[in-house]
Amino acid sequence: MSAIIIRNGRVIDPANKRDEVVDLTIVDERIADQSAIKNQKTETIDAKGLIVAPGLIDMHVHLREPGFGHKETIASGAHAAAAGGFTTIVCMPNTLPAADNPATIAWIKDRANRTASVNVLPTGAISKNIAGEELAPIGSLGQAGVVAITDDGHCVQNHELMRRAVEYARMVGLPVLDHCQDYNLVGNGVVNEGYWSTLLGLPGWPAAGEEAIVMRNILLAELCDHHIHCQHISAAGSVRLIREAQARGVKISGEVCPHHIALTDEAIQNFDTNYKMNPPLRSKADVDAILEGIADGTLSILCSDHAPHAGFEKEVEFDQAPFGIVGLETALGIFIDQLVHKHHKIDIVRLIKMYTLEPAKLLKLDAGTLSVGAPADVTLIASDLEWTVRTDQFQSLSRNSPFDGWKLKGRAVRTIVNGKTVWSL
Amino acid sequence: MNWNRKDLLGLRELSADEINFILETADAFKQVGTREIKKVPALRGKTLVNFFVEPSTRTRTSFELAAFRLSADVINISATTSSLTKGETLKDTARNLEALHADILVLRHSSAGAAQFLAQRLKSSVINAGDGAHEHPTQGLLDMYTIREKRGRIDNLHVVIVGDILFSRVARSNIFGLTKLGARVTLVGPSTLVPREFEKLGVTVSNQIDKVLPDADVVNLLRIQHERQRKEYFPGISEYTTLFGLTKERAKLLKPNCLVMHPGPINRGVEIDSEVADGLQSVILDQVTNGLAVRMAVLYLCGGIAA
Repeated sequence: MSAIIIRNGRVIDPANKRDEVVDLTIVDERIADQSAIKNQKTETIDAKGLIVAPGLIDMHVHLREPGFGHKETIASGAHAAAAGGFTTIVCMPNTLPAADNPATIAWIKDRANRTASVNVLPTGAISKNIAGEELAPIGSLGQAGVVAITDDGHCVQNHELMRRAVEYARMVGLPVLDHCQDYNLVGNGVVNEGYWSTLLGLPGWPAAGEEAIVMRNILLAELCDHHIHCQHISAAGSVRLIREAQARGVKISGEVCPHHIALTDEAIQNFDTNYKMNPPLRSKADVDAILEGIADGTLSILCSDHAPHAGFEKEVEFDQAPFGIVGLETALGIFIDQLVHKHHKIDIVRLIKMYTLEPAKLLKLDAGTLSVGAPADVTLIASDLEWTVRTDQFQSLSRNSPFDGWKLKGRAVRTIVNGKTVWSL
Repeated sequence: MNWNRKDLLGLRELSADEINFILETADAFKQVGTREIKKVPALRGKTLVNFFVEPSTRTRTSFELAAFRLSADVINISATTSSLTKGETLKDTARNLEALHADILVLRHSSAGAAQFLAQRLKSSVINAGDGAHEHPTQGLLDMYTIREKRGRIDNLHVVIVGDILFSRVARSNIFGLTKLGARVTLVGPSTLVPREFEKLGVTVSNQIDKVLPDADVVNLLRIQHERQRKEYFPGISEYTTLFGLTKERAKLLKPNCLVMHPGPINRGVEIDSEVADGLQSVILDQVTNGLAVRMAVLYLCGGIAA
């Protein structure tokens, strides 16, 4: 029997509509009532001036293991998550081999159990080898413990196959996550199609390439009466489509990455590959639409799309570099800085809800709340703390971030998983 | 003025004064080409590497000859003879060349930004000889040099660029350079290859060549790069010629002193009729001759800084 009391923090627990300065008690790895403390050894954590939030959940992370351990391992990625304030991360299936079969899922879970400092929840592929041609064994993946299916990094182009995947996932009870990209419209595009692609002669990735698949997903969510979650929304049109569909009651949702609100495609003008991600950075009008989508609740989930790549892989010609940036250690800081302090789009309570209750609801996780009896996953946040991003201090194996040197306001200062502090500033 | 750039990456970052300074320097070198002994010692003892990852005859030969005339030592490397085919990265190949004390690296590459990528990482001079669809600054300069030579100025002239603008580095360098020197630029071509977005670069976009030609002081025809284009961009070569080719008939619309230019290689009968390419208004071969002088000027100026 052991106990922890987190004293005098501002406890924000959107699931219970709680926002008050109070002590939070943990007994035996679970959130407990103060009366549960009897004579056991009790550790006290002073949280005065800090926010005590349910452990944050990042539902869009690439951990690169198996297959690409030089970019990130499950252990290093989990530690980066802990340093960023996340107690639960959901990893994407585009590994080698792809997570399209129960054996690979079992391997990932085993590896996570043995090496990861935070909870790692795998997703399974929609299609075999993420090739978009045949269905992966979605039912068996569900039994193996995936929390959702997605072909992230890729996108099933065949609408019929996608329809059957959604119908099948509904039977199994798994949510469907989709990376929205029409391959014909996007072609070999590497940056937003617009002024900067025109100026720089880089192949354009038009916003319509995302919007077309968001629309497809709205139609299929309606047809199959099952939830489809659109990943990393980047375009104004996608926000509008999702908003209109939600108003009609369609089971559709969307998530936002920090780079899609903090940067525009103007950043690509020096051909720095740390500004190359998929979907690409877009225009100011797109950023404004995403901010509005966050403000009015259309986009309900925040995530990082943490995508580590080795320095030598990124230090190549722009069009030949892999897409993606690391994000676990900067995401919370950028979101608090941009959404709460800079643009005043949402308050910190809403931000925490978008990072806890919302992903937990979508993926049906036993996480994201400080209810008595819940697993003791807790993040302590200093929402006004000013700090500077230093990529050379990242826990991640990779350094491919465009935010090196950025001054941010707000960050996690302690991360507690199952009652154990796994990281503190 | 003082030249202080070790690299020439594009015309977008140059000022009008810098562009004029290159053109004036080229005047002096053009004169050298008419002497019996066409060689000057300006770059004696310097090593220039022509690093052409993408095929080229005209531009590579022009740079090679320009370097010879400046008394530099020249090495040519192509994609097929370089270690890039063995999986070496561009950065590593270039750093190896630098370790051999190459002073000037002339790079032709299929990726936009490749020259800038190397310039940021090397002490050597980097001269962009074409990077993807981004820029081809020496082509832009030699086009401007030719206009200035034949028409006496660039300011206030109406330059019409016809063809595949979207995929053209020549078009971009011309747009950036010409607008800086005060020319009016109109882009003409199929809507798929001349997106309206180009208007934000300070030029006019038109899809009707017959309306534009009578007002042109210069017509610069770009090659239709059928090896690059996916079939979706336009219905076919013959339709392109019908709508946008500078045929004999269309050439009658031109003012008598309008210059006809082409960066080459030309596709006779596609974007330009044979008779027009060889006609009195054509300055296509002058462009080639001037390219030598312009490249000598660029190598001289940038090579001097790298030292």
